[in-house]
Amino acid sequence: MYVSLLVAPSAAVAQRPQPITPAEDLLITGNDPGKYGGRVVVALRAEPKTLNPVTALDQPSREVMGRMMADLLHINALSQQAEPALAKSWKVSKDGLRYTLTLRRNLRFSDGHAMNADDVLFTFQVLLDEKINSPQRDLLTIGGKPISVQKVDDATVLFELASPYAAAERLFDSMEILPRHLLQDAYHAGTLARAWNLTTPPSQIAGMGPFRLKEYVPGQKLTLERNPYYWKMDRSRQRLPYLDELVFLFVSSEDAQVLRFEAGEADMIQRLSADNYSALQKDAVSRHFRLFDLGPSLDYNFLLFNLNSAIPKEAADIVRHQEWFRNVNFRQAVSEAVDRAAIVRLVFHGRGTALWSSVTPANKLWLDASLPHAPRSIEHAKQLLRKSGFSWNAEGALLDKSGAPVEFSILTSASNAQRSQMATLIQDDLKQLGMKVQAVPLEFKSMLDRVFQTHNYDTAIMALGGGDVDPNSQINVWMSNGGSHLWNLGETKPATDWEAQIDTLMNQQLTTLDYKRRKQLYDRVQEIAAQQLPFINLASPNVLVGARERIGNFQPAILDHYTLWNVEQLYIK
Amino acid sequence: MKVKPHLWIVLAVLAVLHVMLLVPGFVAPYNPTEQDRGMPFAPPTAIHFRDQNGSWHLRPFIYAVVANDDGSYAEDPRQKYFFRAFPSGAPYKLAELVPCTVHLFGVDAGGKVLLMGTDRYGRDQFSRLLYGGQVSLFAGLLAALLSLSLGAIVGTISGFYGRWVDDGLMRIAELFLALPWLYLLFAVRAFLPLSASPASTFFLVVAIIGLVGWVRPARLVRGVVLSAKEQKYVLAARGFGASDLYLLRRHIAPQTYSVLLTQATLLIPQFILAEVTLSFLGLGVAEPVPSWGNMLSSLQQYHVMVSYWWMFLPGIALAFLFLGYFTVADALQAHVQSASA
Repeated sequence: MYVSLLVAPSAAVAQRPQPITPAEDLLITGNDPGKYGGRVVVALRAEPKTLNPVTALDQPSREVMGRMMADLLHINALSQQAEPALAKSWKVSKDGLRYTLTLRRNLRFSDGHAMNADDVLFTFQVLLDEKINSPQRDLLTIGGKPISVQKVDDATVLFELASPYAAAERLFDSMEILPRHLLQDAYHAGTLARAWNLTTPPSQIAGMGPFRLKEYVPGQKLTLERNPYYWKMDRSRQRLPYLDELVFLFVSSEDAQVLRFEAGEADMIQRLSADNYSALQKDAVSRHFRLFDLGPSLDYNFLLFNLNSAIPKEAADIVRHQEWFRNVNFRQAVSEAVDRAAIVRLVFHGRGTALWSSVTPANKLWLDASLPHAPRSIEHAKQLLRKSGFSWNAEGALLDKSGAPVEFSILTSASNAQRSQMATLIQDDLKQLGMKVQAVPLEFKSMLDRVFQTHNYDTAIMALGGGDVDPNSQINVWMSNGGSHLWNLGETKPATDWEAQIDTLMNQQLTTLDYKRRKQLYDRVQEIAAQQLPFINLASPNVLVGARERIGNFQPAILDHYTLWNVEQLYIK
Repeated sequence: MKVKPHLWIVLAVLAVLHVMLLVPGFVAPYNPTEQDRGMPFAPPTAIHFRDQNGSWHLRPFIYAVVANDDGSYAEDPRQKYFFRAFPSGAPYKLAELVPCTVHLFGVDAGGKVLLMGTDRYGRDQFSRLLYGGQVSLFAGLLAALLSLSLGAIVGTISGFYGRWVDDGLMRIAELFLALPWLYLLFAVRAFLPLSASPASTFFLVVAIIGLVGWVRPARLVRGVVLSAKEQKYVLAARGFGASDLYLLRRHIAPQTYSVLLTQATLLIPQFILAEVTLSFLGLGVAEPVPSWGNMLSSLQQYHVMVSYWWMFLPGIALAFLFLGYFTVADALQAHVQSASA
């Protein structure tokens, strides 16, 4: 009895990679060949809610599934360009309406079942199904019509768009190909949305990613093991991935993640705050890990004014405050009073960039480098306010036209120390203009509720990020009917001329295929936003990550996932 | 009552501390909300009596402190600033009434003495500790008073009258224990206007803390009253025709004093710390107004704990204050017990 107990763990020998057959159309990676074996442990902020790529919305689920699934074309996190993945190549018709994708031949899912064009067809049928209502469906609806998908032969699929769509190849990124043989019964029975949850046995789940599910321990960890059929090999013809296992530990706070990483219980850490980066730096050599500062990220922090037209009745004072917020000179004055350099220095320890646009310097393709911005000047800000009829009383408090003192609040999320710190700095900056500002840290969910649902707030500090560099990834923010058009949600038509102008420009760039012309259009959007300031952009934190020295081929990138995007190439030295 | 000599020392220290907290503007050298963005996380200033030439000075002095590029700080021995008593500085209101600019101490113009270093925004921690104490200590005291009075009243009535009164009140107490307070607090926050003034937040904090805390003292008092009312002298007094009020006042209430005192010593520090939690939920005293709660909450961050030791100083100062409270309460309790024996 004892013997069998002792033997049991070692009986779970790592799954060896399958030998490579000449028929397989494998992708050859450019990395330095590594060696097989070992495991990498990373921490997740929360448990994944599901393993179903069709319904997953939360970050942890997507982080795990990104390692278990693969897409037809993939955006390379380093080059930021779309690259062949499960599809070997793609062709675009001259009018930009027809995309022909050629699939790699003789590939297999992680359970050994063959993959072909039927799986692709099935995947897009599911994603476009109204009843399933997957988050990807919006992306695949172009010019008001869903993309049409046809099988040409077993290895060729034709996608047809109703209207031209700029950089449509980027749409295929993260459209995870589903195994028809495992999911079609659930789909026909109408239970697909509930399939593949955390209680599904690992043998029922398969994907085209480098790893497959091995074990889930509730509240503790989720273990993935090598997919022995993975479709990439290195140049010495070793089938990837090198690692036997990839383990996700559930560690809820950033501070706890830092402690786990420092103690060696986790091998990598991503999304480090600048604070923790400096705290860890001292022990890097003695504890054998390296920290990386990758420079600006795509995330932008901003101060948001509530310009919503639908304000709840009980919040009459907010309607009154909106008279100030709607005044562009007021917004400009606030922007000129904010000490962005202090935010970068005090909140990010210099590991960040001051921002005047929501396109950060990380986005080299789309940054409007010539965008002018006014320097910080309390004096000029005061002139702007005076021009709009504001005045000051004997104590220096700012009064509006009707003589009411200018007092408002800034919402932040209490769990985000950095944004609360920004609020404290801005509060002090605006005091110099005579504005009396309350910083109100709220629990994250109730803050989101106020911003998205009730619109019962004055201003808020939030952050948005780009999962992608392309302007289309921000279209929900810019379009006046977009779901993240935060300053005025649920507009049926643009409330102002400049918003109408942005709508037109965004629609134009969407159907323009030429990069240079698109860039001009998007530059114009950035210019309008910089003049009208619906967001007061503040700063972008640098991407800060860390990893053990013994992890080979570690090559962090500024596109998500920062550290695991090339997990199939990682190995233990 | 014979008071041990060490108790006098403790009492004296406590008295001095409370006086300092009563007039924070006078004792604090600087404005607690003034940011100095060139001096984030500056360590406490070293105080010297001997300069770099080796000569001694009767009057202590500090050197100018300069920030290095990497975030560390160094002394510049070319610039000396001597300590001064009663200099004029940042304006404040003495006892919230009299405008005043004289401070207890300071250094020559141009220098800045930071007894406890600065926080992230370059604000003087020592000044913040004093101003914050005013907020936190009064919140703790008022909340303790509120919950102890409630607890004493409910506990006494419940224990003395027994039967259905007791049953009813104790069920209510249990209900209070079982309420999901965290969610209730979120609800309270949701109903409150966002731009509530610091004063109204302060009283809200006091009310919430006080209302949550009455159950435990009530149960303890009830237990004492239950046993006290069966004492022979109480039964005897009742036999002689004493009224309920007389019995409560003369014989029973005095028995509960020691319990209430012990509870007070436990509740005051506990309530001061409860404010930390409330601050974290956005219900406490908001920035930039200092409170011990929001000062201590910065220690929740790992990097602050490992990088800046002076951020612990407010915590250590609090520990001494709490120890003082405990010592006094112990002595009082011993006195009450010896008197009743």
